[in-house]
Amino acid sequence: MRLTHPPSDTSFARSLRIQLRVIGALLMREIVTRYGRDNLGFLWVFVEPMLFTLGVTALWTAAGANHGSSLPIVAFALTGYSSVLLWRNMPGRCAMAIPPNMGLLYHHNVRVMDLFITRILLEFAGATVSFAVLSALFITIGWMEAPVDTLEVFFAWLLLAWFGASLAMIIGALTAYSEMAERLWHPTAYLLFPLSGAAFMVEWMPRQFQELLLYLPMVNGVELLRNGYFGTAVRTHFDIPYTVSVCLVMTLIALALVRDASSRVEIE
Amino acid sequence: MIQLENVSKSYSTRQGPRMILDGINLQVAKGQKIGILGRNGSGKSTLIRLISGAELPTSGKVRRGISVSWPLAFGGAFQAYLTGLDNLRFVCRIYDVDYHSVVSFVEEFTELGLYLREPVLHYSSGMRARLAFAISMAIEFDCFLIDEVIAVGDSRFHEKCHTELFEKRKDRALILVSHDPNVISAQCDSACVLSNGKLHSFDHVDEAYAFYLASDL
Repeated sequence: MRLTHPPSDTSFARSLRIQLRVIGALLMREIVTRYGRDNLGFLWVFVEPMLFTLGVTALWTAAGANHGSSLPIVAFALTGYSSVLLWRNMPGRCAMAIPPNMGLLYHHNVRVMDLFITRILLEFAGATVSFAVLSALFITIGWMEAPVDTLEVFFAWLLLAWFGASLAMIIGALTAYSEMAERLWHPTAYLLFPLSGAAFMVEWMPRQFQELLLYLPMVNGVELLRNGYFGTAVRTHFDIPYTVSVCLVMTLIALALVRDASSRVEIE
Repeated sequence: MIQLENVSKSYSTRQGPRMILDGINLQVAKGQKIGILGRNGSGKSTLIRLISGAELPTSGKVRRGISVSWPLAFGGAFQAYLTGLDNLRFVCRIYDVDYHSVVSFVEEFTELGLYLREPVLHYSSGMRARLAFAISMAIEFDCFLIDEVIAVGDSRFHEKCHTELFEKRKDRALILVSHDPNVISAQCDSACVLSNGKLHSFDHVDEAYAFYLASDL
């Protein structure tokens, strides 16, 4: 029952083991807290985003009979809305993640960063499984074709996740300074949705808007994703080096903010 | 060994930054029992939070060469929607302790029976305290932090806590924070007084108490 590792051993491998153990424990705690053990239990992690995506796909299909493009609407809705879930839910969950979990910091292996990583992983898993399962389902029943370039879809998905994760850490850390960050995040997320490229292709926009839109990292991500899905059936616009650079800078800002926010946390 | 090197902590308030701890140095060796006396608002709890690692110092270093508990009987980390056993399971995972090896101890010590399978939400404060103390004892630490002595529960519960902590684990180090010198002299080898953000160390509890009485706030 004694703690087996000598505490003086601070090797990277040991730190990594502790980190993984802590995140594993936090994941279990978060899932059981959020969804309980009754009915579907942890499956809600995947079912919840699937219901969202199904609903939006159904709505867009019903409304999209004349959306001015020859693109198959089911595939268009699935790629678009899944992407939104991926980058938008991570910041939503990380905003104000610290206050309800402050007591956990008394376990000194639990750090503020772990709280964020846990929530980011959970949202990533939910959105990814939802996207994969619904794609497989729609392809099987013939509502859409298989992606032209799966590897490109995969890469675009990771790029969107990276953007979402760094944004989540920034928003989460900012809420430690002021609750205003959360209040501002909600309208921002709401307003970004129509601009995010989920419901349109950049190609459809007037040329002067195209350039502006491509400043948004998630627009690049969704375009890349659709390039992988539809191949030459669509004309896509994206700039991978630009998107990666933005994500890199955002990650650096996020790490610095989380570090500073951690030292400011005041318990009770 | 726990080492605090020149540790300071200030909080930002509406009146500007307020220094709570100012250049604290403290060493606690394995098995050593130290009492910290201080009046209300002298920064005792802040010091405990820094030693436990819950908060980080504004400057200086806290080194923990031995495993340090969270403040004993602290129930603030309970997730109210989870059952008592789920909360135990979580803490076991964090500290890499086998859940099955401690669950019978927790059942026996808390005497909560079926309530352990109910959300902590439905517990009375006494029941929470019993669970919190039992979980603190289920994980073995080299040093226990005690922020004021457990004030809830009946005398039988106090008796049990006393046995578990001060008798069965008398080989462990202890940092006990209190404004009651009697508690400290009963359990500690030496004592410090926290006043105006400074920590004054004394070899004997009596000297510390004399200083504590003389130090006028």
